[in-house]
Amino acid sequence: MSSNVKKLVKKTSLAIGATALATGVALAQAAETIKVGVLHSLSGTMAISETTLKDTVLMMIDEQNKAGGVLGKKLEAVVVDPASNWPLFAEKAKQLLSKDKVSVIFGCWTSVSRKSVLPVIEAENGLLFYPVQYEGEESSKNVFYTGAAPNQQAIPAVDYLMASEGVKRWVLEGTDYVYPRTTNKILEAYLISKGVKKEDISINYTPFGHSDWQTRVAEIKKFGSAGKKTAVVSTINGDANVPFYKELANAGITAEDIPVVAFSVGEEELSGFDTKPLVGHLAAWNYFMSAEAAENDAFIEQWHKFIKDKKRPTNDPMEATYIGFKMWVKAVEKAGTTNVDAVRTAMYGITVPNLTGGIAVMNTNHHLTKPVLIGEIQEDGQFEIVWQTPGGVIGDAWTDFLPESANLVADWTPPISCGNFNIKTGKCSGQNY
Amino acid sequence: MPQDAIFSKEIKPHKTRAVSDGLPCSSLRARKLGAEKMKILIKIGLLMGLGLLFIKAHAGDFATLSHSLAKSDYSQKNRIIDELAALDDDRTLVIFKALIEGNLYLRKSDQTVVVGRDSREGVELTDVLTGQPLEVVGIRALEKVRINNSVRGKLRTVIASLQLSAKNSDIRRQSARDLIKSPQPELRNLIATAYEKEESSSVKSEMAMALAMVDIESEDVKLRREAIDILASSYSSEALGILERFGEKDGAGNYKEAEGNIGKLAAEGAERVRHRMEVMRFIENLFFGISLGSVLLLAAIGLAITFGVMGVINMAHGEMIMLGAYTTFAVQQLFPNWIEASIIIAIPMAFLVSGCVGILIERTVIRHLYGRPLETLLATFGISLFLQQLVRTYNSNNVPVITPDWMSGFYQVNGALSLTYNRLYIILFSLMVLGLLAILLRKTLLGLQMRAATQNRAMANSMGIKSSWVDALTFGLGSGIAGMAGVALSQITNVGPNMGQGFIIDSFMVVVFGGVGNLLGTFFAAMGLGIVNKFLEPYAGAVLGKIFVLIFIILFIQWRPRGLFALKGRFVTD
Repeated sequence: MSSNVKKLVKKTSLAIGATALATGVALAQAAETIKVGVLHSLSGTMAISETTLKDTVLMMIDEQNKAGGVLGKKLEAVVVDPASNWPLFAEKAKQLLSKDKVSVIFGCWTSVSRKSVLPVIEAENGLLFYPVQYEGEESSKNVFYTGAAPNQQAIPAVDYLMASEGVKRWVLEGTDYVYPRTTNKILEAYLISKGVKKEDISINYTPFGHSDWQTRVAEIKKFGSAGKKTAVVSTINGDANVPFYKELANAGITAEDIPVVAFSVGEEELSGFDTKPLVGHLAAWNYFMSAEAAENDAFIEQWHKFIKDKKRPTNDPMEATYIGFKMWVKAVEKAGTTNVDAVRTAMYGITVPNLTGGIAVMNTNHHLTKPVLIGEIQEDGQFEIVWQTPGGVIGDAWTDFLPESANLVADWTPPISCGNFNIKTGKCSGQNY
Repeated sequence: MPQDAIFSKEIKPHKTRAVSDGLPCSSLRARKLGAEKMKILIKIGLLMGLGLLFIKAHAGDFATLSHSLAKSDYSQKNRIIDELAALDDDRTLVIFKALIEGNLYLRKSDQTVVVGRDSREGVELTDVLTGQPLEVVGIRALEKVRINNSVRGKLRTVIASLQLSAKNSDIRRQSARDLIKSPQPELRNLIATAYEKEESSSVKSEMAMALAMVDIESEDVKLRREAIDILASSYSSEALGILERFGEKDGAGNYKEAEGNIGKLAAEGAERVRHRMEVMRFIENLFFGISLGSVLLLAAIGLAITFGVMGVINMAHGEMIMLGAYTTFAVQQLFPNWIEASIIIAIPMAFLVSGCVGILIERTVIRHLYGRPLETLLATFGISLFLQQLVRTYNSNNVPVITPDWMSGFYQVNGALSLTYNRLYIILFSLMVLGLLAILLRKTLLGLQMRAATQNRAMANSMGIKSSWVDALTFGLGSGIAGMAGVALSQITNVGPNMGQGFIIDSFMVVVFGGVGNLLGTFFAAMGLGIVNKFLEPYAGAVLGKIFVLIFIILFIQWRPRGLFALKGRFVTD
């Protein structure tokens, strides 16, 4: 009995001591560190994709600290878990900004989580780096978009298929939510502007996690046998991809018959596929792990060392995180402070080498200039790069192919200083995002 | 027979004939002719395309061409493939097949073009020029010859043309089908020769189709009419596309192809094909429905035991399916050489794994909660989250489960209807599971005890049945069947921590709709929902279709609260 009590007392005192020590260390550190917020889901449905990005930020911080930190101070990561719960993203962002007083946040994956964070980050004048390809139609003063806008992914992919494979008929297949719907709206307008007839475009949506693709695949097969070369542009997201490709393969549709170009399938997703029947299907990204560049080799090596797993792939949102982080560090050093407004102004025109070769530039519309790559799936789960834009493509916040945004531009430098400036009326709408 | 009539007119002028003579396929055809004829042909060819052949004589030997094929970019590859095919060399087929399968390499040390086969020690090399086996090397010593989709498509057509007279009739059939997919006017005579030599009637009709696809473009009206006849008698959507194109009317309502009534004939032919295909489409939808139904049945059948017979609301049912699917993955990882048999091995394994987990859950948690459905619901929901997160900490990504060869591909009934093998097997498998379960419940002692314990526990106890063990076994049985369902489902959907959640709602829907505690009801509910869903989907879309089905079930339950097949008589629950 008594020995048990003794043990308990011992344990408690030890715990109290440890806590005190930790607080002390934290207090001591707070004086001389720069805090970096990491807002990625570590549990729930999006954990699959977002955990990787959390690790990427931690790796970059680790590397930066080994090189002496920023402005002579060490970086300190504050990791929170919004648990794939969209309103929780806003709460956690608020906590990071007002309680932890972080200088910058790297985070979000889905568009809906970003939209949930936007009001908070603008009210608190925070700084968010968003690393995932998205539907565009947005430019916030407080967000830097390092993923692809539609003109850096969807439109070049369609151009490639038209030019290289002579595609004349299009199936736009997507999961039923905001990103596919907006992207397909843009693509439809673009295709029509390129002279594709309306009856040669078929648009269809399926629910999240759709697993029975028989009917859709049969319809695609039928649509594709009208004597014109047909391609599928897929904005199918998440778990629905595996049964979709399986059904395609079983129905005997190969990439030579009807190629599928996907915007949400990367190396990470392919690791859950039996890739043998998928050879030749395409994906459009700004980065592929197979890209041959010295920076990429170094990055992959660093990643494998950090994650202690030689098989873990790297992917496009990781590169976007990498570019965003490097740019932020450069901008802080240029501004000489972590003050958000100073850093924001310093960001414009900042350059960082892409992992695929060439240079990424941050534009005044808060989007990047970077190259677009088209890759074909190989048997080993990697992509073979079959085409890439000769130079960088400037990310367009507001697409020119939708009437409601054709006249809008974003430019956060004076005299415009506006995320949605209407060049016809010469006015900036009151809405900031 | 219209087919035969076409080929007696082989000598008739053909639109593409003049073009084809100077081009690569002239020598392809030459192989079929005697050496003398070949000489004459070459002379004609020389006269017609002197320059072209002259260049070819310099650059066109197999060794240089194969080497430049390996070194060139994608657009050059297409041209070199044509030149190689024109060489009439047996080695071209080898090199093309290796290229399309991704087995063609350049050896880095001396830039030789080699074919590589993966083996245990590394890559076994064969020299393309001599056909001699070379050494076994690591993959790093080789540079893969890359191809893209357009090269792959080109290769497929060229290989098809080279294999039209292969010994194996399956290869010939495949070649003919590939040629139907991309009609090549310059291959017309080659196909015609192969058609005349062909003995298998099914392959012959495929070749006739391939020919008709070319002939409809010819200048000879009679040939075109006959081609329309052949196309109109087919089930092929490619043929329908062509017939519709020729049957188009202009703005004034006249056929664009007025000569010799071609336009009208084509339009009538298209109508016939369309009608035939609509019938096939109905059958296809029915198959899709039954196949979706069998998936629903597999997912729900375990729940029909735990929920239907025992009355336990088991929210972790989906995770039992997931465990079964992961067992399949584990079996494939443990026995990488037995992929073909892996599914068969995985079925009993998955039954054991999920069944044991089920018994464990019943003994530790559910046993204490009988008669308290809300608490059971919450507890099993917790278990479900726990199992998901457990798998996620092991590997948060989906895992790749390989489909064995005997389950991939499809059985082609005709051009418009093909049934995929994996779906066929799943239908059979679900019926088998249902049958075995019915036998177990009705004909065995365990089944008798199960029914006794669930209908009147007190009475069963007093008859000497150890009802607590019967409960555990029943729950284990339901979970084990869910595990077996997981093996089947791993073949059509993704295997990951979330996979169970996709099936839990559907499973409950089927069981409630079918009538709680009734296997036959579960069967009819699953098939009914599957078929209704698949007939709705083409019209309403996948999202709306699902909503309609849900509304239908809600209304139905209002009308018959006990489901399709309610248990009659006194139904005692505790």
